Amino acid sequence: MRPFTTHEGLVAPLDRANVDTDAIIPKQFLKSIKRTGFGPYLFDEWRYLDHGEPGMDCARRPKNPAFVLNQPRYEGATILLARENFGCGSSREHAPWALADYGFRALIAPSFADIFYNNCFKNGLLPIVLPAAAVDDLFRQVEATPGYRLVIDLPTQTVRRPDGLVLAFEIDAFRKECLLNGWDEIGLTLRHADEIRAFEARHREAYPWLFA
Amino acid sequence: MPKTLYDKLWDSHVVRTEADGTALIYIDRHLVHEVTSPQAFEGLRLAGRKPWRATSIVATADHNTPTDHWERGIDDPISREQVETLDANIRQFGALAYYPFRDPRQGIVHVIGPENGATLPGMTVVCGDSHTSTHGAFACLAHGIGTSEVEHVLATQCLLQKKSKNMLIRLEGVASPGVYAKDLILAVIGRIGTAGGTGYAIEFAGEAISALSMEGRMTVCNMAIEAGARAGMVAVDDKTIEYLRDKPFAPKGELWERALAYWRTLVSDADAHFDALVSLDASTIKPQVTWGTSPEMVTDIEGVVPDPSSFKDPVKREGAMRALAYMGLAPGTRIVDISIDQVFIGSCTNSRIEDLRAAAAVVKGRKKAASVKRVLVVPGSGQVKRQAEAEGLHRIFLEAGFEWREPGCSMCLAMNADRLEPGERCASTSNRNFEGRQGAGGRTHLVSPAMAAAAAIAGHFVDVREFVG
Repeated sequence: MRPFTTHEGLVAPLDRANVDTDAIIPKQFLKSIKRTGFGPYLFDEWRYLDHGEPGMDCARRPKNPAFVLNQPRYEGATILLARENFGCGSSREHAPWALADYGFRALIAPSFADIFYNNCFKNGLLPIVLPAAAVDDLFRQVEATPGYRLVIDLPTQTVRRPDGLVLAFEIDAFRKECLLNGWDEIGLTLRHADEIRAFEARHREAYPWLFA
Repeated sequence: MPKTLYDKLWDSHVVRTEADGTALIYIDRHLVHEVTSPQAFEGLRLAGRKPWRATSIVATADHNTPTDHWERGIDDPISREQVETLDANIRQFGALAYYPFRDPRQGIVHVIGPENGATLPGMTVVCGDSHTSTHGAFACLAHGIGTSEVEHVLATQCLLQKKSKNMLIRLEGVASPGVYAKDLILAVIGRIGTAGGTGYAIEFAGEAISALSMEGRMTVCNMAIEAGARAGMVAVDDKTIEYLRDKPFAPKGELWERALAYWRTLVSDADAHFDALVSLDASTIKPQVTWGTSPEMVTDIEGVVPDPSSFKDPVKREGAMRALAYMGLAPGTRIVDISIDQVFIGSCTNSRIEDLRAAAAVVKGRKKAASVKRVLVVPGSGQVKRQAEAEGLHRIFLEAGFEWREPGCSMCLAMNADRLEPGERCASTSNRNFEGRQGAGGRTHLVSPAMAAAAAIAGHFVDVREFVG
């Protein structure tokens, strides 16, 4: 996994609540058996005026000029500013795959849906929860300031605004460590294989019908 | 210290805990389907790993599979490749049970787990599918995971997890005839919102939950995720045990007796602490209908489409305006005045035998409204289909002009050919009314199977209590 330490990037605002993973990446693209190539179809129904299907050349598709990511000022954005309950609905990891493949490295919102939040960490994508008032302020600043950039520093758990204000965020210590080092979680867990085997033996003893 | 049901399930599965509370929890049952597993198996292969315990796996193909003309196979080459990839992965890595496309016991993963007794009380159950919460109806700790976690469970039989908080939702009183499990859970979501359960494991309890069949409890737990909670659950009682008796993978003989003694302990202790409590009076809940593009945008059959300006929160107001524009609805429209183009009876929420019986009871001797283009009835599994046919339910549907299909996820998410056309409006027994969920531009109203059936007859939403009263 790609590590995340510090990141400075252009911010794009997606000003709607309850953005679900069906909107982030529609179902027709879930037929792929690969982990890559979802970026061009990110927010497909909002981003393009035609109906998207897997394999289409998105460079030739008509873009919806009203959609925020199609506005020239947000081209190259790597930080997505969002509203509450971002990533709700389906557990599809294709959603963080599409966001990362598009080029996003971090997401900022007042809240994220649980499964989506979890999936982000497996893909080097940092979801940052900030208080609703701080997110409101960011929306106002981003919209008023072309080229608005933020500096995210994971070691100190801070987001620095261009005006110098520093916003602190919380993150589980274990997740932070994994992200900073880009660790493979399966490899980490398998270091405890003996403990798992010992647990399994006790579990089998207590609940033998689970192993019948 | 007194424990909640969730505390008990959690504690009995912790292998180890990190300093920050992140725990490694052991997984008993791993359900697998074709959409969220190929990259996980590929990862396993690339790393030269094997499944830790292949006999924990129960797999099926359900999302991409067609619901008619099975003799023709799968037309869409990309869908076919995904289904064949699952066939090949199970061949290579093994499983306790695999119900491939066209198998007599194939069906929606959340229907076939319980009906085969592959879901048992006290288990941890995971699947790369958010509606895994369904299995919590059996006092399991069951939740959806992403594909990286599918690979993690395959390789290690464990999952890295932080413990959730405990929420108790009590549904007191007795629901009226014509009010079903679906109405109860939609009313809960209307109350607490789609993020109301975020960070919690929800236990559903109270008189109205006890009164539900196992099918009804599965409907309630299924949509816990629509309330933001990864896991929903119901304590063990006699109904749980009677449902499981003699199921293929349920324990038998002496093991059954031993399991039973343990299962009886899977209830929250009397003084257990819950971090949040919600209480609803089920006797006041009316048949529910969603009007927007989030399951929390819901009212009852006597209600009207709300005026966005009535929402104080500007984000909610904006969301309601956008939803009404997408849904093609004007504020103040009575729900009973909304006409529909299609009806979908199916999905992991509402495709079990009891759902089909409830729909058939409304339909019997009546005909689909001429204005309704299509009514799809999609049983949840091959077993449900055969049971329904043995009871003659399929004839009731066919005589009414409905279509009787093969099992699968179908138009709940429209990954196969079953979908809405842009602008079409559907009364659907599924779980999500998101933009484009049932087909790009399609408009979804979530309802119970009986309400969907009644809407198919009338051509618009009607109060099903008039049919069943």
